[in-house]
Amino acid sequence: MNENAGFNKQQQDVAEFQGLIDQVRPKHAYLKNAIMAFLVGGTICLIGQCILQIYTGQGLEQQQAQAATAATMVFLGAFLTGIGVYDQIGKYGGAGSIVPITGFANSIVAPAMEARREGYVFGVGAKMFTIAGPVLVYGFLISVLIGISFFLLR
Amino acid sequence: MGEKVGRQSFRFANPPVVVAAANIVGPMEGQGPLGSQFDWVMSDLLFGEQTWERAESKMLRESAKLALHKSNWQPREIDYFLAGDLLNQIISASFAARGLEIPFLGLFGACSTFAEAIVVGSMLIDGGFGGRVLLACSSHHNTAERQFRFPLEQGVQRPPFAQWTVTGSGAMVLASSGTGPKVTMGTAGKVIDLGVSDPNNMGPAMAPAAADTLIAHFQDTGTDPSAYDLILSGDLGTVGSDALKELMRMHGYRLEENYQDGGLLIYDLAGQDVHAGGSGCGCSATVFTGAILNRLRDAQYRRVLLVATGALLSPTSSQQGETIPGIAQAVVIEA
Repeated sequence: MNENAGFNKQQQDVAEFQGLIDQVRPKHAYLKNAIMAFLVGGTICLIGQCILQIYTGQGLEQQQAQAATAATMVFLGAFLTGIGVYDQIGKYGGAGSIVPITGFANSIVAPAMEARREGYVFGVGAKMFTIAGPVLVYGFLISVLIGISFFLLR
Repeated sequence: MGEKVGRQSFRFANPPVVVAAANIVGPMEGQGPLGSQFDWVMSDLLFGEQTWERAESKMLRESAKLALHKSNWQPREIDYFLAGDLLNQIISASFAARGLEIPFLGLFGACSTFAEAIVVGSMLIDGGFGGRVLLACSSHHNTAERQFRFPLEQGVQRPPFAQWTVTGSGAMVLASSGTGPKVTMGTAGKVIDLGVSDPNNMGPAMAPAAADTLIAHFQDTGTDPSAYDLILSGDLGTVGSDALKELMRMHGYRLEENYQDGGLLIYDLAGQDVHAGGSGCGCSATVFTGAILNRLRDAQYRRVLLVATGALLSPTSSQQGETIPGIAQAVVIEA
């Protein structure tokens, strides 16, 4: 124990300090963030809807048009990440640009770009899924669980 | 030979002299309020290299060479090279050292490394183990983001209390004799942890360590904040420096106009979108070797207390839910 100042990890000190931090720390702008997420996320979805309309207008079946739209949106997300725009959208859009499929593309392309200098195997190949990996793992897991539930309850 | 003062502090018998200093910063730091005080502003973050890691190491090496050049000494005339940075295994420092051919002691104290290097270098000189020490510290925004946070192109929102890692490197030559400001005293800090665990909120994680070291310094040396023209913390940012002022007030010390923080000085907080201010080894290293040393040289400041703080976390420790231990090292530099 420090006889001079007495800063140590005592429960009382920790609780007191956490209270102090809560006072001085700037708060998240929740309302502004929510509005921006709504606008940016909505715009991305609107673009997706327009692309879907174009594809169905060109004579694609609904299901084919949906797959083609998803592919196009993934391409757009990846492309905007590659030219350094998507992180700027994310800065303002927050959850609004993370949740749509373009955000998924961003979370795969961004680490891949950065790991390029560590080579194509242990760099790009291995690190590409450092952020998107959990989404895939738990997405698959949930799909299996739902499949089993469906089978049992049918 | 110097003497130990109190529990944690020491006073040098023949105070080592800061005979030369140099720094290199990134474009953003060059555009900041202290831009004109830096020796070299890089035009881009790659600095002519293929990777950011190589760019950081080159920045550290070039700032060390520039400081040597200003001192008019050759590498073979220097007894020790002390350096450190934020990257795993301090590669920026040791890779820079391989070209210099000076006996090398690598240091790690996270963002406190610059003050740690001044402490160790001054002890080596005053202890009679050598007459000339070169020291350098660097950080690079892109290498730090990669290691500690997210890929740069990842579209994430930074919280309003996040700090921006400074791209920059500062170097100094200390010698047993010569002309320039002198390192007269210091206080070695203890590792302090008051339970902050958010790696986006490092200022508050380091503030208790800064307070602990400052209080120990004042008690050991029998001084108080008014004894200094400037008390400069390294990179606490807005939240951390507010927390430090409050902690000091609770212990009976007032940090008034003579207190400043390197992380708040280096950027224009309103205009440069850096949220809570700068951080990184390069923050205290460049601010001190630039603006502060210039003011010590023309005697606008006579006595400066530099207290550089470090957050001793690793990406693994944060993911495992560990809290962030902090450290602070203090040195007194007099004109």
